[in-house]
Amino acid sequence: MAMLEVKNLEVYYGVICALKGISFDVNEGEIVTLIGANGAGKTTTMQSVVGLIPKRAGSVTFDGHDITKTPCHKIVHIGMTQVPEGRRIFQELTVYENLLMGAYSIKDQSGFKNDLDAIYTRFPRLRERKNQIAGTLSGGEQQMLAMGRAIMSHPKLLMLDEPSMGLSPLLVDQVFEIIKDINKDGTTILLVEQNAGKSLAISDRAYVLENGSIVLSGTGKELAASEMVRKAYLGG
Amino acid sequence: MELFLTTLINGLSLGGIYAMIALGYTMVYGIAKMLNFAHGDIIMVGGYTIYVFMATKNPFLAIFMAVLFCVILGILIEKIAYKPLRGASPLAVLITAIGVSYLLQSLALIIFKSASKTVTVFELKSVSLFGVPVQISALLTLAVTVVVMVVLTLFIKYTRLGRAMIAVSEDKGAAQLMGINVNGIITVTFAIGSALAALAGLFLLMRAPNLTNTFGAMPGIKAFTAAVIGGIGSIPGAMLGGILLGFVECIAAKITVIAPYTDAIEFSILIIILLVRPTGFLGKKRREKV
Repeated sequence: MAMLEVKNLEVYYGVICALKGISFDVNEGEIVTLIGANGAGKTTTMQSVVGLIPKRAGSVTFDGHDITKTPCHKIVHIGMTQVPEGRRIFQELTVYENLLMGAYSIKDQSGFKNDLDAIYTRFPRLRERKNQIAGTLSGGEQQMLAMGRAIMSHPKLLMLDEPSMGLSPLLVDQVFEIIKDINKDGTTILLVEQNAGKSLAISDRAYVLENGSIVLSGTGKELAASEMVRKAYLGG
Repeated sequence: MELFLTTLINGLSLGGIYAMIALGYTMVYGIAKMLNFAHGDIIMVGGYTIYVFMATKNPFLAIFMAVLFCVILGILIEKIAYKPLRGASPLAVLITAIGVSYLLQSLALIIFKSASKTVTVFELKSVSLFGVPVQISALLTLAVTVVVMVVLTLFIKYTRLGRAMIAVSEDKGAAQLMGINVNGIITVTFAIGSALAALAGLFLLMRAPNLTNTFGAMPGIKAFTAAVIGGIGSIPGAMLGGILLGFVECIAAKITVIAPYTDAIEFSILIIILLVRPTGFLGKKRREKV
């Protein structure tokens, strides 16, 4: 059975249909990517799966739990954490306090020091800036912090919404390397990206989202080779 | 010297009361993004609760019951009147809050009638400070205010719950993704605000022991003004704005020529601040970072 299974998910904004009943799944250990243009419904998918925005119809199961109607703040407790679009770190808190908030759902705080150390080792810049107010970090550092904050909650499935957005090419490469690394350490990844080339290269499987529907799916390699994806998302 | 010292202590203690009320406005605004115009009437409810329980002749029991009752009332108001409007237009919430305010005032009028009640909580005299007589009640108000502010600041900065409150005030969605129960945080905020309002009611009674159903209205509006002057949503801002306004009121009241215009002067400060610095002294303009 798949770790995350989304079936016939429909989302409306008022009368506008944003997701027209999409289905996809993520297996344990995989990196799965949803690619698509602006406005295709990628962020809507991510936010409705975790309950940040309401679903009109469909079902979501995760790790054996039916989480279709689970309120957002309980999702993290069962092992699914999202790095939201635009990072959304807590700007007025320090780097350290942001990481502390990441561990909010962990009841047993005895492992906190080790977790923190692991984050600082993975992201040395965060250690250098641990007492700095997060709002003063650069875009790349904020993305590192958002990822670090999410990892603090020990996710089984990490969802990343446009982690490469607004970053310089060098940082984009770094972000994708980190995602691969996190996956290697045993965390399943669901990724949403506009950068189709880079994300397909690290994905086990991927789905193409267009106007609220999934129009294509396959392995990362298959999609990268597909005529349609190359024309629409890889610049020929 | 005498005038200076009495005005200083008077201004600080009145300012402390305003600050305590302003904290309720500003915390609720910061976290639930709404203006709770019924907040001033919680003060009045606190006052009447003290009045009722003073029948036991035990002021500490009366104060405890006032805090407890106001906390429960604050939570209930939020659950019944405001929670169903989460996500509704701010205007709908604002009108509801004004409605709750009138409801509380009318209920108090029905239960306690219109004649003002005189409530003496403590028989406090004055002490001599540097040869100047100073009301003990003013000193007590000052002391409690300082303690409340220090404890609240430490609570927000250094506890798990306090940090969760900052997180919710900054970004509800991201806070939920961390596992923070936003509704729970809003409940805690209303509880803290209402407890502070009950204490403010106590200290207002110690200044002027005449209780009517509109007892909390004027201090409520003044404290709201203070919160906006300090920067609505900012906790240090509410403290600063409250103390500033308390000072202005006490100084203006001492100058015979302008004394009748004290209220007008206070609200004029609000207008000037809003013109010069719309976010208030310590309010922040949020800039989006891409």
